[in-house]
Amino acid sequence: METNFTHHQSAHCENGVASNLLKHNGLNISEPMVFGIGSGLFFVYLPFIKVNHAPAISYRPLPGQIFNKLAKRLGLKIKRTKFASVANANKALDQNLKDNIPTGLQVGVYNLSYFPDEYRFHFNAHNLVVYGKTETDYLISDPVMETVTTLTHDELEKVRFAKGAFAPRGQMYYPVNVPTNVDFSSAIIKAIKNTCRDMLAPAPIIGVRGIRFVAKQIRKWPIKHGTKKANHYLAQMVRMQEEIGTGGGGFRFIYAAFLQEAAAILNNEKLKSLSLEMTQIGDLWRDFAVDASRIYKNRSTQADAYNTVADQLSHIADLEEAFFKKLKAAIS
Amino acid sequence: MKKNEVPQDEGNLSKSNMKELMYATDENGEYTTALSTGWEPKTIALSNSIDDINERVAEAKSQVKNGEVSPIVYFMELHKMDVGILASYVEMWKWRVKKHFKPKVFKGLSDTVLSRYAKAFNISVSELKNFKAD
Repeated sequence: METNFTHHQSAHCENGVASNLLKHNGLNISEPMVFGIGSGLFFVYLPFIKVNHAPAISYRPLPGQIFNKLAKRLGLKIKRTKFASVANANKALDQNLKDNIPTGLQVGVYNLSYFPDEYRFHFNAHNLVVYGKTETDYLISDPVMETVTTLTHDELEKVRFAKGAFAPRGQMYYPVNVPTNVDFSSAIIKAIKNTCRDMLAPAPIIGVRGIRFVAKQIRKWPIKHGTKKANHYLAQMVRMQEEIGTGGGGFRFIYAAFLQEAAAILNNEKLKSLSLEMTQIGDLWRDFAVDASRIYKNRSTQADAYNTVADQLSHIADLEEAFFKKLKAAIS
Repeated sequence: MKKNEVPQDEGNLSKSNMKELMYATDENGEYTTALSTGWEPKTIALSNSIDDINERVAEAKSQVKNGEVSPIVYFMELHKMDVGILASYVEMWKWRVKKHFKPKVFKGLSDTVLSRYAKAFNISVSELKNFKAD
């Protein structure tokens, strides 16, 4: 069985699944719109949690939040189910496909056989759509891939029940009610306010303060942990930042694209010039990644090199602080 | 980033013919999308972590050989896991998993316990039991 689902590639998995599922249900919404209205831009530094043996930095909110916020702000209804038993999870998915409902799943990346080996880490907040089933395979639309793909029944079961942080527990989700007329304007304003609040939050590990905190830590890494570990930390940071459309530069460009669309909908010229500014900040994130990569490529031992990238990062934090203050003012 | 600046470096993705989608501006400053084959800073970051994993696997192997740790440690590193991830796959407390890292404790483990590890590592119990680090 197969549903008549259309695959569109996206930069980020959760945006892509949300946008593709909503398009299937008759609501034409772009990836940047999903990202913006779902308040996908975020920053949090969690030095006490280690991912791949390095301190955790997340550039996005908790898995599922983008779609949930988007749904709330646009008045859509999404059904989400987690499962304790594998058999029930399979049964529920198969029933959905029988009912012609393409279904979003949260999955672990480690057993995704169509990913190159190097990309298969224990990361459990990936999203994809299952749109059909054959004797041996499930038909998969993974939004970060150019085209549709497949997983065997056994493989899909494994990725749905991956373990570790954010274990998906078979989670599946799909829109059950999509109104024909949605009010984009008020949703956009609410979403922008939310993102400004997050990025300007008065907590030391969140938003621009979090970015500044990381910059300060980077200066200490080579002294405190030695060059080898410091290089590993920096490499991990760049990976989390730029891997498959997530994080630093990539997210800024998606957000800038959102502001451009929002400027037209709200008829607000200020958002247009702010979009330009966000693009420039995104470019600086990419410059940071380039310079950081030089450090761990050359296994540079000078503490000076670390100070240079730390300076770049705290400059970005300053620019973003000013940016989000202006953005807040632009919509109020 | 402008559309013509979207990086097209040889990367880990280009080997398997995968391209990722990126947002960039066109000549009129309007946002559009473009495909990228890879970007050097990312490629280096990824190979850095792969080197790190390979080093950890090699070290675990020599530790198994010297009788310092049990084969569980080797397979854990081989599967890019840490204690927390392994503990959740075998559904045991972390401290219990850590105890099983000791060769002496490992030798006394029942097949039932070992089968949980074997399942997590996708191998048979005897492969786990008889692992020789040569």
